[in-house]
Amino acid sequence: MLFDDYNPLKGEMLQIMDQEGKIVNDKLEPKIDKETLLKMYKTMVLGRTADEKALQFQRQGRMLTYAPNIGQEAAQVGPMAALKDQDWLVLAFREFNAMLYKGVTLEQAFLYWYGNERGSRYDDQVRVLPINVPIGSQINHAAGVAYASKLKELDEVAIVFIGDGGTSHGEFHEGMNFAATYDLPMITIIQNNQYAISTPRHKVIKAKTLAQKAIAYGISGIQVDGNDPLAMFLAVKTARERAIKGDGPTLIEAVTYRIGPHTTSDNPKLYREDSEVEEWVKKDPIKRMKNYLIGKKLWSEEKDIELHEELKQLVLDTFRHVEETGEVELHEVFDYTYEKLTPNLEEQLNYYKEYLKAEGIKDGN
Amino acid sequence: MATKTILQSINEALDQMMEKDPSVVVYGEDVGFEGGVFRTTAGLQKKYGEKRVFDTPISEAAIVGSAVGMSINGMKPVVEMQFSGFSLPAYNQIVTHVARFRNRSRGKYHLPLVIRMPYGGGVKALEHHSESLETLYAHIPGLKLVIPSTPYDAKGLLIAAINDPDPVIFMEPKRIYRAFKQEVPDEMYEVPIGKARMVKKGKDLTIIAWGALVREVEKAMELKPEIDAEVIDLRTISPIDYETIIASVKKTGRVLIVHEAVKSFGPAAELISIINEKAFVYLEAAPRRLTGFDITVPLPKGEPYFIITPEQIAYEMQKLVDFKA
Repeated sequence: MLFDDYNPLKGEMLQIMDQEGKIVNDKLEPKIDKETLLKMYKTMVLGRTADEKALQFQRQGRMLTYAPNIGQEAAQVGPMAALKDQDWLVLAFREFNAMLYKGVTLEQAFLYWYGNERGSRYDDQVRVLPINVPIGSQINHAAGVAYASKLKELDEVAIVFIGDGGTSHGEFHEGMNFAATYDLPMITIIQNNQYAISTPRHKVIKAKTLAQKAIAYGISGIQVDGNDPLAMFLAVKTARERAIKGDGPTLIEAVTYRIGPHTTSDNPKLYREDSEVEEWVKKDPIKRMKNYLIGKKLWSEEKDIELHEELKQLVLDTFRHVEETGEVELHEVFDYTYEKLTPNLEEQLNYYKEYLKAEGIKDGN
Repeated sequence: MATKTILQSINEALDQMMEKDPSVVVYGEDVGFEGGVFRTTAGLQKKYGEKRVFDTPISEAAIVGSAVGMSINGMKPVVEMQFSGFSLPAYNQIVTHVARFRNRSRGKYHLPLVIRMPYGGGVKALEHHSESLETLYAHIPGLKLVIPSTPYDAKGLLIAAINDPDPVIFMEPKRIYRAFKQEVPDEMYEVPIGKARMVKKGKDLTIIAWGALVREVEKAMELKPEIDAEVIDLRTISPIDYETIIASVKKTGRVLIVHEAVKSFGPAAELISIINEKAFVYLEAAPRRLTGFDITVPLPKGEPYFIITPEQIAYEMQKLVDFKA
């Protein structure tokens, strides 16, 4: 069994391709069809392009605070490729690539960071929960989703993301223990990107690995090279099979690195050396995936240039569209507090409309 | 029809809803095998199995947080906080998620869940077992807060809460769980959320109360037969039934609000503000509030100082009637 071969207490880490994208563990190379491999890669490039543009938009004052994913694409796309459509994705907030892979549109994802809740109203069939800002609390949502799946005896799992910082939260413990207790079909991915904003992981967590926390919950845990899309795919595929069989949750630590800032309000130069970042840039997951695909004759440099051009244009066009259509109307900020407006809310809304009318201010911004 | 206690009515509501709707699940600490520390869920696990009625780890955040996830995936969870004083580890989930999912997802997801919690003092309990935390929940947009005071309402309101598409905090006045019985229909029925109950019509003053204190008000009226009070059981703390309150105060011109929650920033402060906004010119006396003092609920030896008695309510009624501008 895969998880028995990598002991998190000894810091053993699953890796299938090296940092150049060469297969180093061919026994474990997963058989993924061409279409899926290309979808993985294209999503990563779209995510990267969107991230880079979003940082520019933010600097131009066109976007709010933004949390980029640069360097963490494989840790997000690998898992998604191993899931089925009916599986649930429960987000923290740095999973842009996972969202795109799972069916959130680029426009919706941008609209959220543009400051409009409508960006979290994903299409009906898309089983993704909205971005979850309070650290760690999403684990419990995933446990509940998984409980319902199990109760209804459905072929579906909940996959939930959290950061290394989030594992320090009490809710992480409650949710992991809850899921373990009832053998729930839940997969937890810790994106260990080494920093909780400015605080390095080793300064606030004594444990040698984050995957070893699984042992205390009586479940499987594995440390995976988070910049290796094939390793992430395999770990999640295996975890999914176990979950559906009734073997319970799995904790997967994706060892990765946040190349960019925590958010656009953060300056990482204050707390880390450029040389450290450069080391991780060498392990860039997109480069690895590209080399792997070229090696398999599924991709070429020419196609790559074309793809980058195409996606850049898509990102620009999409964001322009968001800017044109992303405003919020007054009633929207009241309408979704309850199913129906309470008398109290109705009164407050009417008051505000009256005020706007009396002062000759246009409804809306 | 048989006579039932509040406790039996709650149990019956849960039982009938579980039978009718397979998406209803009931869980919390000691809720399954034992049937709850007060036995409100007694017999349910035996009848509906360990998957739908179960004991959880002592993890209030997980209890409520998982209810969020279950609701999203098609269930109707009715979860229990063993005491309202222990709901605070779940407060993060309740405030940051339960109250917000509909809005956050612009209606893609909504949470038809119920969080039950026994509340209030007067049972000679340990620390943290006697709190009245209405304000903490009524203050949060997106939540509804319901408190029954009779067996009839307990059943009807709980059924309404489970059927409600929005999340409902359901506080149970544990002091009167078994205090008295009332005729309660065997069939299912709803008592509407957001509607106060006119306990008794009257003309001299309006008294607003809820939970265990409605009975104390009724006792106070027996001590003051010469005062013709109109008594309103608020039943839903949020959203408040303005209409009933304002109509009554316009008629009587005098209002007394009685609650065990501590005074400052409490529900009475909100009610009096509403009355001032909507019935100011009808008032013949400054509104009064009789509430818990702004102190930690004392342990049993000191608790009698804190508990509101019928005598104290009668004293306040007299003051209000005697008031002359």
